[in-house]
Parts: sequence; structure tokens; C-alpha cells
Amino acid sequence: MNSSEVLIKATGLTKKYDDFTAVDSIDFEVYKGECVGFLGPNGAGKTTTVRMIYCFLPLTEGTLTVAGMDVSTQARQIKAMVGVSPQDDNLDPDFTVIKNLQVYARYFDIPKDEATKRATELLKFFQLEEKRDVSINALSGGMKRRLIMARALINEPRILLLDEPTTGLDPQGRHIVWDEIRSLRKQGVTIILTTHYMDEAAALCDRILIIENGKIIETGTPQELIRKHVGEDVLEVEYDEAVVEILKAELPDAEVEVFGEQVRVFIKQPRGVFERVVKKFPGKNLTIRNANLEDVFLKLTGRKLKE
Amino acid sequence: MTQQRNSGSLGSRLPQLTYRVWKVWRRNFEVFLKTWHVNFLPSLFEPILYLAAFGFGLGALITGGVEGGSYLQFIGPGLIAISVMYGSFFECTYASFVRMYFQKTFDAIIATPVSVDEVIAGELLWGATRATINATIVLGVIAAFGLVSSPLFLLVPVLAFFGGLLFAALAMCFTAVAPDIDFFNFPTFLFITPMFLLSGTFFPLSLVPDALQAVAFGVLPLTHVVNLTRELLIGKIEPFLGLSSELLLGLSIVWIAVVTLVFFVLAINLMKRRLIK
Repeated sequence: MNSSEVLIKATGLTKKYDDFTAVDSIDFEVYKGECVGFLGPNGAGKTTTVRMIYCFLPLTEGTLTVAGMDVSTQARQIKAMVGVSPQDDNLDPDFTVIKNLQVYARYFDIPKDEATKRATELLKFFQLEEKRDVSINALSGGMKRRLIMARALINEPRILLLDEPTTGLDPQGRHIVWDEIRSLRKQGVTIILTTHYMDEAAALCDRILIIENGKIIETGTPQELIRKHVGEDVLEVEYDEAVVEILKAELPDAEVEVFGEQVRVFIKQPRGVFERVVKKFPGKNLTIRNANLEDVFLKLTGRKLKE
Repeated sequence: MTQQRNSGSLGSRLPQLTYRVWKVWRRNFEVFLKTWHVNFLPSLFEPILYLAAFGFGLGALITGGVEGGSYLQFIGPGLIAISVMYGSFFECTYASFVRMYFQKTFDAIIATPVSVDEVIAGELLWGATRATINATIVLGVIAAFGLVSSPLFLLVPVLAFFGGLLFAALAMCFTAVAPDIDFFNFPTFLFITPMFLLSGTFFPLSLVPDALQAVAFGVLPLTHVVNLTRELLIGKIEPFLGLSSELLLGLSIVWIAVVTLVFFVLAINLMKRRLIK
């Protein structure tokens, strides 16, 4: 990715509210064609960062450029080439589905015929054709979410900002949205996605920035992050002092961590190493599974939560 | 939004507006057209009810007429001015608040090349348009009752637009500071209702004590809209406050122009402060 064009560049990007720092001097770059995930708990500063990218919020300090343009001085040009799918449902309840797209297109100076053509294509892509002339209030949560994404694409944006695109959706709705995001990625749209779901970030993103308390605490591809911080496999077993003692004695190289009522063992060696231990804990709900982003996330941020 | 960093200087406080203001106006206009029958009927029936109550009822008691005409002729301009006030004030308080707070329509538009300044300006122009539509309907009713005696009545829609813009700007300032929608009860009963009654709408201001006349002329916007509407409809207003009719009319035009301009700029700045944190 490093060889390609930088579309978004933040340097020392900071957003302060009185005595609260929402975004604390972060640096990052987003390259053309990649899907970057901002992963972090609620209140980490993900949405604030996204809102600065689409020129909704002014910066307190630092610089932020989008396609080489400064967000502080070229808001209009930047907004013309960015598509925004916000966290809140702000579809226009006074209009039907198609009219929502047509009216939104007008804000971008898209002529009416062209707007209708694009709206029709987008409704097809997001499987909303049948809802074309229906009122917004008659849509399910998942349909509204897809319509918001369709609306974000009406100006054929170079950059798509998806702020928690699946929060509040049922599993089926979530997977439909995922499929559509994957399909947009294939078409070469540059995507920034915020989420607090690890599986979502792992499934969709080329690269992940883990954000906590307004700071970027780690960056990498999902696989890099998992390998670096956790390893291949994780052993989980019910908490018990004796269990912890045995694990530490048997696996001196492994990291043994206690998360509430559960002990997790992260090991960077092959799964075989665990096999010896398994027999020692009958009836302890012991499982061995592949390491995932959630392990990375809890390792990086979990300690702080315990303090 | 580009001028946020130096928001202290005067230049940055003046709204930066382009043709995109009309896109916001048009959004509201299209919603209005969708439900036009619900929007038209109150403006049509309210003045008929007032004319019936005041004309056949109260008017029958006023045998000597008012200011050289019938009582109905006197209150006709008052009803038009009230429709201007109600049309834009309620549009830019309750209706704008719903769009801003519950529907988040403003947030959605600000994510496009349309700026926050333009969104608010579009809302204000729409409020003025609502006032114009209402006033024109009421004018039709009043003309049908034969209560118009000056050809200048054709200018009523123009006056309604500027008067509407005045009330829209005042309303938007309340919207910018409203913590919730119930808050609008305060400006409604502390500001709108007194104006409804005490702005020369239902009786000549020359009848009230001088101090009240001065308050009505100095701080109640509706007084000026009533003055000018009465001039356009029946070709004359009676002097009060010791000022000639011509001077009163001139002062009303200046009053509306200055206060509208000040509150137009203030409304946009207050809304910007509310929406962009």
C-alpha cells in the first residue's frame, strides 16, 4: 500500500473541548483504495476524527488534508468528493426512499436526470428497489442503514466514511452490509470505517488503527496485529488459582492472563504445545481456538480497564 | 466552516452565502407541497373565523367605526400581519427545531458542499416564504369581504416576505438556544401573544397610554408590520405617539430593515455555535 497515493493525511491532529481532549495529537495516513478501520471503544475519538475529515468539526490543533486539500480552508471541495454515512439515522423522514437520494443529490449540484439514474442504480445495488416509493418510516433498521450508505455514494465519492455502519443491526442485516462494503472495496472506493466490533474490523479492513482515549495505540493489518500481540492460538479455561499455577509451570514461555472469570493463555508456538496441558483440566470448560483481534484489543486496552 | 479558527473577527461572523441557500429552501418547499392541503386550510379558515367573530360579533357593538372606516376594515390588515408573524415564527421555531434536533436534517445537509450558514439562511428564507403564502391567502379572504380600498394591496406579499424574514430571524435565535421543544412556550406567551394583542391589530394604538404606545412602536416588531400593511390595504394610518403618518411609515420601514439584518446575522452565528462544536 505504501507505494500508492496518500488520500488523507493527519499530523498532530487534535480536538479539545474545554478541559476534555477527544482526539490527542494523532498522526495517520490513508492510501488510495484501502479500507482502514478505526477500532476502539465508545468515546475513544473515532467519530470525532471522522467528523474532522468531512469538515464538520474544526480542528483544535494539527493539520489534516484530504486529497491534498486542507480541511480548514477547502471544506466545500472536500465535501464534494467525500461520502458520509453517519452513525445516527439522519435520513429525511419527510420524503420517500428515492426522493431522499434525489434531494441529497441536489446538494451536490447533480442534475435531476443524472441523480435519478444514480439513485436507481444505488437502490438496486443495496437491494432496496422494492422500497423505492416507500416512506422512510416504513423501513427496517437494516434497510435504513443501507439507504444511508446509498445516499453516501450518490456523489460518486473518492472516499467513503462509514461511522459504525452495523451498530444496532441484527446478524442478517449486518452480513448484508458487510457484503456491500466488500463489493465497494473491490470497486476501488477508499473506505474509512469506524467500529467497536473486532470481527467487523477483521473481516473488512486492510489495515486497522486501534484508538483509545484519543490516541492511536497500535496500527497494522489484522493478521500482523494478531501475530505480534497474541500469536496463533489461545487457550481459554475457567479461572482457578491452582489452574493458573499449573499453566505457568507447564508453559513458561506463554503469557497467562486473567480476564474476569477466565484465564487466557497466549502462545506463539504451534497448537501442539497446548495438547499436553489439556488433559490436566478435566471439566474446566477448556477450549483452544484461533487468536483474533478481540484478543489483541483486550490485551492492549484490557489492563487499563482493570485498573 | 472554514472561518472557525478566527471566529472572533467581524468578517468571520458575516454569513458566507451562495446559491446553495436555495437548495435548502427548495427541500422545505417540496415538503410543504406534499402536504399543501393541511398547510393551506388553517390559513384560509382562521381569518374567516376572526372576521366572523369580530365583524358580526364585536364589530356590531362598535357603531361609530374606527379611524374613519368600519371595524372590519380596521382589523383586516391586523389579521394579515398576524398571519405573517405566525407563519414564519412557528416555522422557524417548532418546525426548524424538529428538523435540527429530531430529524438531524441539518447535520445531513452540512455533510454535503452546502455550508451551515447556507442551511440556516435557507431556513430563514423558507420561513419568510411561509409568511408570504399565509399572508397572500388571508389577503384573498379579506379582499373577498370587500375590505381592500387601495391598489397598493398588491404589494402585501412583498411586505409579508420581509416581515416574515424578520420574525424568522427572531425565531431562529430562540431555536439556537432552545434546550428542548417545550422551551418555545416561553417566547410564545411572553412575546408572540402580547404582540398579537398590543400591536395595533384589534384597536388603534392611539387609544392606549403613551408609555404603552412607545413600547409597542419601539420593541414590538408586529406594530411595524401592521402599520405598513394597513397603509397598503386602506391607504392611510392615523398618527400616534405625536408623529405624522408619513414619519411613522418611514420609521417602520427602517425599523424592519435594521432589526431584520441584525437578527439574520445573529441567528446564523448562534446556530453555528450550536451545531458546530
